Amino acid sequence: MPAADHRLTSREMTDFVADGCLVLEGLIPADINQRVIDEMKRVFQAKIARIAGQADRLDMPPQPDTLEPLSACYAPPSVIGEYLRLPQVEGVITSLVGPDPLFDHDFVHFLPAGSEYKQHLHVDAIVDSRDPGFDIQLFYFPREVRPGEGGTRYVPGSHLRFVRAEGVSRYQHIVGERQFSGPAGTLLVAHHGLWHCGLPNPSSADRWMHKVRLNPTRPQVRLWNTDDLDEVHNGPADHTFANASSTSAAARFRTMLPWQQGHEARLEQVARARLWRYLTDDPSFDVDYYLTRLESRRRLTENED
Amino acid sequence: MGQRQQVLYLWLAEAALVMPVVAWAFHDGSSGEGPGIPDGDPPYATGEAALKDGWMLLQTPHVPPIEKGQEHEPAYLSYEFVFERRVDIAP
Repeated sequence: MPAADHRLTSREMTDFVADGCLVLEGLIPADINQRVIDEMKRVFQAKIARIAGQADRLDMPPQPDTLEPLSACYAPPSVIGEYLRLPQVEGVITSLVGPDPLFDHDFVHFLPAGSEYKQHLHVDAIVDSRDPGFDIQLFYFPREVRPGEGGTRYVPGSHLRFVRAEGVSRYQHIVGERQFSGPAGTLLVAHHGLWHCGLPNPSSADRWMHKVRLNPTRPQVRLWNTDDLDEVHNGPADHTFANASSTSAAARFRTMLPWQQGHEARLEQVARARLWRYLTDDPSFDVDYYLTRLESRRRLTENED
Repeated sequence: MGQRQQVLYLWLAEAALVMPVVAWAFHDGSSGEGPGIPDGDPPYATGEAALKDGWMLLQTPHVPPIEKGQEHEPAYLSYEFVFERRVDIAP
């Protein structure tokens, strides 16, 4: 993102559309990363107590309500609120779901050193609608997670598949899946459809992660820094078997993850094109002419009478 | 001696056994007494490579009919092949 404008660029948005996530290393400063742990501990204890049906204690931190505007959540002196209101975090949020989205829910994920607890692969929804709008989830890691220390496992490019929440648990491993690792203060920003799961923590340090889901309140159209949109965006004729730009959005969208092969990869291209159409409000956008060809032919048959 | 079943799921890129493996899952009814699967990401390059390593094919995927309105909707991995191996274990 540009230094003077914390919103994402069009290129970064194409990365999000293709992968369903962005990893922003060290986005949150050390001062907040150190102070937030204490609050995360108290929020974690409060959430566990509430789930167990225990009455709130006076020393429990206030919990935001679902449907509350994000700006009203975690008021000062909350350190979680401080992180969420950092200009560089607000810029990312604004780019994807607009300014001041709605708080859906959050949770503190805590895994003590040496814990063998693990989840199976899942999606955080029963099954979603087929409209292109989306929520985002912020995964905030205030402490360093080194490679192999079992941060969140996730499958880039999985977010546009229509599946049930636990239906993907059958996949123990997918070629090209990733395990989160990164320096303290790293933010993993994900489309709500991204397949993911928690892994054991074989390290000698406790692992903390705060996850929050945010809902848009307006169409998610051109909310990012569009200064580079003209050089990234392409028309319907960007076609790999005719003339294709190597720097366009279409070029990014035809770049597949290792598990996306064969004709399934072409379905991914179509799904990415549909999402980019929504984000740019350009119904003529295409990747390799798939949608345009079908739509042109449909118009001919619809006009037969 | 008793027998236990090991099950290997391979999801392939396309409908043929010779296509690349894109995902896998291994379930070991022998609780580690039988052989494991090769280290590797993935453990076998193709479904055919698993056959050559002694796995017996139990199930090939149907190529599902394409429903109207669903022609371009990616969902689950399409090409699921299931293999088994039977392992003798000490009583």
